[in-house]
Amino acid sequence: MDFKSSDTVVAPGPFAGPRSEDILPASAATAVKVVIVGGFGVGKTTLVGAVSEIRPLTTEETMTQAGADVDDNAGVERKTATTVAMDFGRISINDELVLYLFGTPGQQRFWFLWNGLFEGALGAVVLVDTRRLEVSFDVIGRLEERGVPFVVAVNTFPESPSYPVEELRAALDLPAEVPIVGCDARRRESGRDVLMSLMRYLYSLTNPERP
Amino acid sequence: MSDPDQEWDEGDPERLYVITRGRGGLSQRAALDLVTLIVARAEPHPSMQPEHAAILRMCHYPLSVAEVSAYLRLPMSATTVLIADLLADKRVEARAPVPKALLPDRALIEAVMHGLQKL
Repeated sequence: MDFKSSDTVVAPGPFAGPRSEDILPASAATAVKVVIVGGFGVGKTTLVGAVSEIRPLTTEETMTQAGADVDDNAGVERKTATTVAMDFGRISINDELVLYLFGTPGQQRFWFLWNGLFEGALGAVVLVDTRRLEVSFDVIGRLEERGVPFVVAVNTFPESPSYPVEELRAALDLPAEVPIVGCDARRRESGRDVLMSLMRYLYSLTNPERP
Repeated sequence: MSDPDQEWDEGDPERLYVITRGRGGLSQRAALDLVTLIVARAEPHPSMQPEHAAILRMCHYPLSVAEVSAYLRLPMSATTVLIADLLADKRVEARAPVPKALLPDRALIEAVMHGLQKL
């Protein structure tokens, strides 16, 4: 295994970088993140795209079949890699603060691929499709285990059955304080309202007078 | 061993191995979050590895590690190894996200709400 300098490798370039309208100001100093969790096809990327100031981007991580870190020369041969993608978007809050939104599948095995996806996140939005409520049970349980504060947003599809909020709360076994909001993931104002609900909930958690 | 006739494929683990020179980068990964903002502090140089030069070019203004990964079309793990190289050489600056211990912070959440209202 003797790789020479990288000029012997076909460069996969040109690397584009952000379009001029997607550039952050030089003053951007801190970024925070919110994770949108939900099952396949529930509208995570739609929601991210509706509120994002940039076209949603995709970051990838590879799961190697051997499950080991590619550390030395050992074990590099014959490793098959599965690529898992995660879409994300961005909202500039002010000149210094940037909010990133990551849409991630509900399966926990994907969560470990991205170091710190939930650690350090402000909170999460569990996006729910009432046609497939059962998908959300595990997600909610795992967020509770990890101590990640979250709100539940019910994405209204034209053919979705609609339930009273309290019926959904009972069905999802959600504590009374966890907000449940309806949304249309395609609409920017609706997506913004979901994020506002999360922020109001997070704010209430910081105030011991308003549990 | 690599097969000289083999075509390089975007998702090929061997390509990633070459780009990162085989380093898994566990320690660097611990320090770089998806939303750590990276800002170039040096100009790209023709003698640099193309990926390093590309990072310096795209981080002329702040850019999150996740965005760098997306634009490079490289996994986060490989991206963080490359950024860690540049950090070690002081060619980029990293602006860390709010530490977990400080969350949730009232002033921060108020700022986010204020920003969202303008959406």
